[in-house]
Amino acid sequence: MAARTFSFQKILDNPLFNWISKRRWWLLVAAISLSVFMPVAVIFLSWLNPQPDVWAHLTDTVLTELIGNTLSLTVGVALGVFVLGVALAWLTAMCQFPGRKIFDWALMLPFSVPAYVMAFCFLGLLDYSGPIQTWIRTHISADFDLSVRNLAGVICVFVLSFYPYVYMLARTAFMNQGRGQMDAARSLGCNSFQAFWRVMLPMARPAIAAGMALAIMETLADFGAVSVFNFDTFTTAIYKSWYGLFNIYAAAQLASLLLVFVIGCLWFEQRARGRARYEQHERQQKQNLYQLTGLQAWSASLFCLIVLSLAFILPVSQLVWWVVETQLADFDARFVQLMVNTLSLGATAAVITVMVALVMAFAQRVEKNPHMDRAARFSTLGYALPGTVLAVGLMVWFSWIDNSLIKLVNNWFGINTGQLFLGSVFALLVSYTVRFLAVAYGPVNSHLQAIRVSIHEAAQSLGASQRKVLWRVYVPMLRPGLLVAALLVLVDVMKEMPATLLMRPFGWDTLAVRIYEMTSEGEWERAALPALTLVIVGLAPVMVLMSKSRRH
Amino acid sequence: MRKLISVVALATLAAGCGKQEAPEAAKTEAAKSADPVTLTVYSARKEHLIKPLFDLYTEKTGTQIQYITDKAAPLLSRLNSEGANTPADMLITVDAGNLWKAAADGVLASVDSEALEANVPANLQDENNQWFGLSIRARTIIYAKDRVKEGELSTYEALADEQWKGRLCLRTSKKVYNQSLVASMISNLGEEKTEKIVGGWVNNLATDVFSNDTKAMNAVQAGQCDATVVNTYYYGRLQAKAPDANLAIFWPNQEDRGVHINISGAGVTKYAKNPAEAQKLLEWLSSEEAQQQFAQLNHEYPVNAKVSATPEVQAWGDFKRDELNVSEAGRLQPASVKLMDRVNYR
Repeated sequence: MAARTFSFQKILDNPLFNWISKRRWWLLVAAISLSVFMPVAVIFLSWLNPQPDVWAHLTDTVLTELIGNTLSLTVGVALGVFVLGVALAWLTAMCQFPGRKIFDWALMLPFSVPAYVMAFCFLGLLDYSGPIQTWIRTHISADFDLSVRNLAGVICVFVLSFYPYVYMLARTAFMNQGRGQMDAARSLGCNSFQAFWRVMLPMARPAIAAGMALAIMETLADFGAVSVFNFDTFTTAIYKSWYGLFNIYAAAQLASLLLVFVIGCLWFEQRARGRARYEQHERQQKQNLYQLTGLQAWSASLFCLIVLSLAFILPVSQLVWWVVETQLADFDARFVQLMVNTLSLGATAAVITVMVALVMAFAQRVEKNPHMDRAARFSTLGYALPGTVLAVGLMVWFSWIDNSLIKLVNNWFGINTGQLFLGSVFALLVSYTVRFLAVAYGPVNSHLQAIRVSIHEAAQSLGASQRKVLWRVYVPMLRPGLLVAALLVLVDVMKEMPATLLMRPFGWDTLAVRIYEMTSEGEWERAALPALTLVIVGLAPVMVLMSKSRRH
Repeated sequence: MRKLISVVALATLAAGCGKQEAPEAAKTEAAKSADPVTLTVYSARKEHLIKPLFDLYTEKTGTQIQYITDKAAPLLSRLNSEGANTPADMLITVDAGNLWKAAADGVLASVDSEALEANVPANLQDENNQWFGLSIRARTIIYAKDRVKEGELSTYEALADEQWKGRLCLRTSKKVYNQSLVASMISNLGEEKTEKIVGGWVNNLATDVFSNDTKAMNAVQAGQCDATVVNTYYYGRLQAKAPDANLAIFWPNQEDRGVHINISGAGVTKYAKNPAEAQKLLEWLSSEEAQQQFAQLNHEYPVNAKVSATPEVQAWGDFKRDELNVSEAGRLQPASVKLMDRVNYR
């Protein structure tokens, strides 16, 4: 007995084990980052197959226009979501005006409508042959012809679709800050706007930047909404090379350039932020809101109402109209199964992704290793890739693992297992994590940065292990951030289409898959039912999580 | 918080496991008994267009069919990556270009079948028997009855003429149907002439190109333009929804090569686990029994000459079809995309 314990002790004392144990957080983060980054790295491997013909053709013809369009679109959307998201967040988090309680969570609802559904609803309503212009031509001016299929139209749709990211994160940041600093600034002579601009806004910078980063990455990666508007962006070149020119290598090379651009932007933002620290020193108190009165109050309500109408009520009304037109013909037992699949995949993926994001953000507090932040950011890049490109990267990666495993097992044991990963729920969940880690990491990390390091040190000095510090100190304090992250991932996964299409197990169709099937055939009316269901299914989590995120 | 997570996780696991049992049970039951086989199909043709046929086949033969639907290019990537380990027995896809690419990538197997040779015309199947067309759609001209005079329409090429300035609507060049149309023109007329013609189309556009055929037809209805080029089944769907629309169908190029047609088709995969069964399914899909419904579900023309189209489709009239082998559309697709880029056809 003594001899056995002694040798067991020897194993634990092994220098290698010690080395691993000391650096376990860093290794954990490195392992996660690597496995999450690998499918993305597959895209970069395409450079091993140079395609000069395709590049020459694209540079000669469309590339300049595409890059110009993409840059204008990015700048327009960035400005739009910043202004709209921050303004709305400020109003609902810090001010009291009629209807604030409802607008608080309702302004998040546009998030459950996929961008391309929003795009199609708008085009259906506002295009030449749509009801509004037709009415104007019949009753006002017969020559009325407003073009909406252009940059302005696309920017509007994207801003209305993606402002929730900035709204959500800025709102929580403002709520965490409270009035204290604002009042302090005003007592020192700033007027309200100056206090806002010079104190509150910079303190909320990580959150706002995280929200804007998400909005921009989604804009760059989007293919559905720009297709509906037929607005050519860089992503258009990617699909043109792949589907049109039959050249997947050129497509992957273009996608990798897109990633490099995103990396550049994120790096630039990090540098600009410098070594500023965003820790909050004020205890979170029950809100002391600015009471708006008279004209100010009603303008605030009106502003919120207009945004909500344009971003949610109008598109959803269009969907409801179409559902009524088709008379629920497609609603059957199979449809209910779609709803179950969608919810279960979304919820599981949300839990997994948020946990991974939490570990990665927390690990940076445990080990002050500058590489950790970089590793973490690399692993969030899956979000910036166009959906189908990432899906193929994931598929290639899993396929390679499968093929190698099958060969190995066959050689060693003589059994042919068939595919293990590709086509399993596990692979699909991993795909969601790879794609949406950015969505979870942004909120979690920006909230984590607001927690004082001294709290962590105090807990440790009281004898808590790192794991205990995480569970019993950080998680309760981060609850709003975690819930925000979970909500974002849940709804994003429910809307997700390309990876689900390519990697789903047989029979695991989701609502997004059904939407795709209808819209790709141009049957938008029939796509309204699954789209509306998606919105309704997303309604409950939005309401619950938004209300929970307010009570800290 | 912990409770919330564990409850959610348990609930989803339960839902996931419980749900998995349904198709899994059917699958394992099928695997246990010797006869019923489960075929796996990768399909770029949407579920609501193939499921009724699969259900019919399962009822008739007992063979279970499991399938995954997606766009053609990702499915092809998946077949390429999976290689010999692919579970797919059959690939169904839309547009001859995609079929050509699948054959070129070497993911399909040659099928020697008398039934398929008899049911599918030679210009609608692969010369090496790797894929076979299953339904036909034509890409033809739709025009406004009240604004286009008798005799104004003749050919695709004529749409580039002066008289159509500001009266033409088109769908985007990014859609494979237009790429195939232009590819067939390159094959018939040569690249230089086609470039001039497509350039002429772009000059005659009344407004920016549309993302889908139905929108283009709506624009014609609303008066934004007078004519457009669409796939026949979109017109069929529009007719079904709005029978009194002021649109009419025109068959161009009846004096020369005929109307451009395209197909949806299928092939047995090279590494199919059940090649014989897959071949049987393919033969059945091309048979008279299946062809009627296959085409009818989508207002298309059946490929089997012995089967006639639905009365609504037949009401559009007979027309001369371009006899070009549809795989030419695939071979020339990259050239067609590059040509359209050069003339700014977005």
